[in-house]
Amino acid sequence: MSGAVWVLAEQWRGAVSDVTYELLALGRQLADGLGAPLEAVLLGSEARELAASLGAADRVLYADHPSLVEPVGEHYSRVVAALAAEAQPSVVLVPITNVSWDLLGLLPVRMGVVLANFCTDVQVAEGGLEARCVLFGGKMEVRVVPRGETAVLGVLPGVRAADEGRSTREPEVVEAGVPAAPAGTVRLVGYEEPEAGDVDITQQEVLVSVGRGLQGEANLDLAEELAEALGGAVAGSRPAIDMGWLPVTRQVGKSGMQVKPRLYVALGISGAPEHVEGMKNSGLIIAVNSDPDAPIFDVAHYGVAEDLLEVTPALIDKLREQKGA
Amino acid sequence: MKILVLLKMVPDVVEELEVADDGASLDRGFLRLIINERDEHALEQALILKERHEATVVAVAPEAPEVDDVLYTALARGADRVLKITGVEEGLGSRATAELVAATVPAVPDLLPVDLVLTGCQAIDDLDGLVGPLVAERLGIPYVGIVTGVDVDPGGVARVSREYPGGVRGAFEIDLPAVVGVQGAEKPPRYVPIAKVRAAMTSGQIESVAAAAAAEPSGLDVLEMRRPVVAERAEMITGDVDEIAARICEILAERGLV
Repeated sequence: MSGAVWVLAEQWRGAVSDVTYELLALGRQLADGLGAPLEAVLLGSEARELAASLGAADRVLYADHPSLVEPVGEHYSRVVAALAAEAQPSVVLVPITNVSWDLLGLLPVRMGVVLANFCTDVQVAEGGLEARCVLFGGKMEVRVVPRGETAVLGVLPGVRAADEGRSTREPEVVEAGVPAAPAGTVRLVGYEEPEAGDVDITQQEVLVSVGRGLQGEANLDLAEELAEALGGAVAGSRPAIDMGWLPVTRQVGKSGMQVKPRLYVALGISGAPEHVEGMKNSGLIIAVNSDPDAPIFDVAHYGVAEDLLEVTPALIDKLREQKGA
Repeated sequence: MKILVLLKMVPDVVEELEVADDGASLDRGFLRLIINERDEHALEQALILKERHEATVVAVAPEAPEVDDVLYTALARGADRVLKITGVEEGLGSRATAELVAATVPAVPDLLPVDLVLTGCQAIDDLDGLVGPLVAERLGIPYVGIVTGVDVDPGGVARVSREYPGGVRGAFEIDLPAVVGVQGAEKPPRYVPIAKVRAAMTSGQIESVAAAAAAEPSGLDVLEMRRPVVAERAEMITGDVDEIAARICEILAERGLV
């Protein structure tokens, strides 16, 4: 592997995402290990000024075109694949976020190279790369070696500290030509903001969060009562929103909110990576899940491997008893 | 309008997963497979579009244990035609599965062209590829994923709602034909009584189609599979429920949280 290490800088709504700096920190280690330069690849329209914060890279490749104003995977993947065909990078790091997910899926296919997805860490080993990836909703992890001259790696947020990838250095910016204007087959009409008026779960000190293990909307009362006893609000993981138990404004995780309450009580949540990234920085995490192997116990401080329908009422009673005392 | 729905089976993670003797794959002996949850939403979204626009819905899945149940259930829910790709090696990776589907689908009689391909935008075993993007590229049509609502205009355009972080949605137009990766249907997948599934098993038919090509080997060498190694797992609280509740209250009190 001799080509550069590429980090796809994620820009959305006028800002570079924090995860970009995490990937730059990881990319720096890989580039040094491989003896290759670290390059950030930034796409946009009149967004060159965003390159200024990418000084952790040896240089920034910037592709400017009106069609690149929004990070649409269909367009971005064609442009990045064309740039890669010319520059022959050895590694392309793409963040696993909702913004970049389509790009991550399309890019390896368009480049005709290998993808290693759900990476939680990547190391240089014996002149090549070895990635650690989580699978099956966080229940297993694998160590993998990608074959071939180039690999695209999908990297989960939290791989390094973002601050390690920030730099005040002014990076060299190289304007990359946009090979061909992508066909306008996919068009962003506009963004819709989440409905206001509901509880803002990012502002709560205590969250009682429910997942599939709650089993039914009828049991939501239990979570509400526990939240009330603790002076907090109810939130949920993806399944709780998919099943219509809670509005989307209460969703914690990749598509929802990043929360950092003092106390996070996870009821019947398995702890898939998409959920964990939204709550892992909570002050105290207590998880109740009847599956003792649930990945939520890898991130929680305290765990209870029992039926939440038995534990929760007992806890509510105990809290009320103490309050009354 | 014709809609093709791509389904695949994945391990049920509610069950205990064991590593096989090779130390680098799942022990398939005790594995229970279920439909990829996002694919089930893709099917539901297709059925919603069928009700709205009188579409024909065709579901296709590579063969796997329990897949017949999933396909009969799809028929019972309202799919017009269900296909099973046979001659598929067990335990194929996502990329190989997607290549197989993309290579086989064009050879199925009276299937293509379709107006819309719906599939889940991700699966829990997507280590080396995502089905939707790969099929889109092979069919030469556009892709958009993480979609939670789809409608179709008569002019050959789909309007989809795509999820962004923080609850923000992006409204997209996408020229048809296209592949749309579904995160969630507009409504939860419909319940279908077991009697209806049984009826589909008697009156309905799963069409078997032979896989068009041998699956490509994965581009990844898996050195090891194991349970995640974490720095510090949760301290487990045990006892009867009252003891557990008391201990939690103690912990909360120590931290000034009650």
